[in-house]
Amino acid sequence: MAFDSFSAFLAMEGHGPYVWTCYAVFVVFVAGMMFWSARRNRAVIEGCKRRFEQQQGTSGQDVRQKASATFTRVEVSQD
Amino acid sequence: MWQFFHKLGSPKWFYGIATRFMPWLLVAGLMLLLAGLVWGLAFAPKDYLQGNSYRIIFIHVPTAFLAQSMYIMMAAAGVVTLVWRMKLADVFVKAVAPVGLVFTFLSLFTGAVWGKPTWGTWWIWDARLTSMLILLFLYGGVIALDRAINDEKSAARAVAVLVLVGVVNIPIIKYSVEWWNTLHQPATLKLTEEPSMPTEMLVPLLLSIAGLYLLFGWLACLRMKTEILVREQRTRWVKDMIMAGGR
Amino acid sequence: MNAKVDAVLKPVETGVGPVQAMIAVFSRDVRVAFRQRQDLLNPLLFFVMVVTLFPLGVSPEVEFLRQSGAGILWVAALLSVLLSLDHLFRHDFDDGTLEQLVLQPQPLFLLVLAKTLAHWMLTGLPLVLLTPILGIMVHLEGNSIAILCLTLLIGTPVLSLIGAIGAALTLGLRSAGVLLSLLIIPLYIPVLIFGTGTVAAASEGAPVAGYLALMGAFLVLALTLAPFASAAALRISMSNS
Repeated sequence: MAFDSFSAFLAMEGHGPYVWTCYAVFVVFVAGMMFWSARRNRAVIEGCKRRFEQQQGTSGQDVRQKASATFTRVEVSQD
Repeated sequence: MWQFFHKLGSPKWFYGIATRFMPWLLVAGLMLLLAGLVWGLAFAPKDYLQGNSYRIIFIHVPTAFLAQSMYIMMAAAGVVTLVWRMKLADVFVKAVAPVGLVFTFLSLFTGAVWGKPTWGTWWIWDARLTSMLILLFLYGGVIALDRAINDEKSAARAVAVLVLVGVVNIPIIKYSVEWWNTLHQPATLKLTEEPSMPTEMLVPLLLSIAGLYLLFGWLACLRMKTEILVREQRTRWVKDMIMAGGR
Repeated sequence: MNAKVDAVLKPVETGVGPVQAMIAVFSRDVRVAFRQRQDLLNPLLFFVMVVTLFPLGVSPEVEFLRQSGAGILWVAALLSVLLSLDHLFRHDFDDGTLEQLVLQPQPLFLLVLAKTLAHWMLTGLPLVLLTPILGIMVHLEGNSIAILCLTLLIGTPVLSLIGAIGAALTLGLRSAGVLLSLLIIPLYIPVLIFGTGTVAAASEGAPVAGYLALMGAFLVLALTLAPFASAAALRISMSNS
């Protein structure tokens, strides 16, 4: 250990703010990059999955042609 | 040899290999990096000239080292794109360029913060800092060009040409910046004098370089996998793999 | 009979060698440019205006201007070349001439080289000719002005040659102008450094032959490598559209 106490470790003889700022920014950027990359990967996989499931849904049991338009009765008050 | 080359070009094969190796890369990278940084921060002896501020070296040098070697790797991938039109090479360049930009920024930022206690100023037009700044511009140009071209294939090939032009220029830029630096400010303070570095400082530095390298490998694999999925989402193997719950 | 077979089997002999084709492209570009004189004048006006901004914006003092005049002129020349690069392939791209150029039997890099040289003659050379006047306006000494002109004479072709790569890469893209500057400015830095460095050395009375030789080396390097990169980039951009 190059330091006598934990507070000396934090202070780094006055250079603490510089050193700790650097390490903080480094950790934030690297962790952020890893996090965002993983998140995007997950999102792309989910998107693919959803699309494939939809495809299977339409090409599987549900082969009936869907009506091009449907009519719904809407209650409209006449007064 | 050629069979291996062809295999390497196949996104499907790469996807499988990357998936298998990624956990190891992540664990080993994090452990090495953590060991290097903790050792460097808490256990390495104080530098007799710069005091404790030199401890920034354990992140400054690895990021700078990686930022530079990533550009070289991108150039190598650019050659592969232009000559063999290998899909994986395009994917690599596209996936890695933003990481290179971030690492270049980090090395510049840590260099500037280190400069404050050492030189008494945030920024010095030091030859190394300046050429890193130019490297940042080069990365920015690569990313901007890639984003501007819609067609995937021509984007990849245009970016490959740009990266190659850049890599031819990098030595010239480095040399001219150094010459300019000596012209404007004689006897600049050198940021690091590596050869005289004692082992107690060198070992944690090497550890964190190795750790960051492995972590970069993990990041590159992850980002390449994402890019492959986006490009190959209409193919059979992607469908089979995802429906089977693969990552 | 034999002649007929020959006519079918042999490719059409145009009888135009690469050098003739280069001359043809060069003279065509010059002629076209002289029909649109405003496009020729714009970079020059821009050059003069940027130089004017410095005494107004920083300081009109003789001492300051003498010290930084060469740098100001170099930066202004660099920017106006950058501004004019957008025109290098744009018109030909829009009216389809470029497509014909790419399909020519002569090597494309030679034709691109001819186009780039024409571009330099129409923008770089006038900038060099204008430099003495602006040099006097920023209080440069006679010797410095001569060296400055010489460095610009060697340096501006390099700017055109490297710029052609960027112009070819960004051809047909939206916001090509800004993108072009982003890609190209980092590559211009060595030329700028040595251009202004030579003048600085000359004003201190140091010998400049070595610096000029280095700039000449840049020019030779750019002449030999840049046309290949531009031609490759042109092919990519043409296949894109």
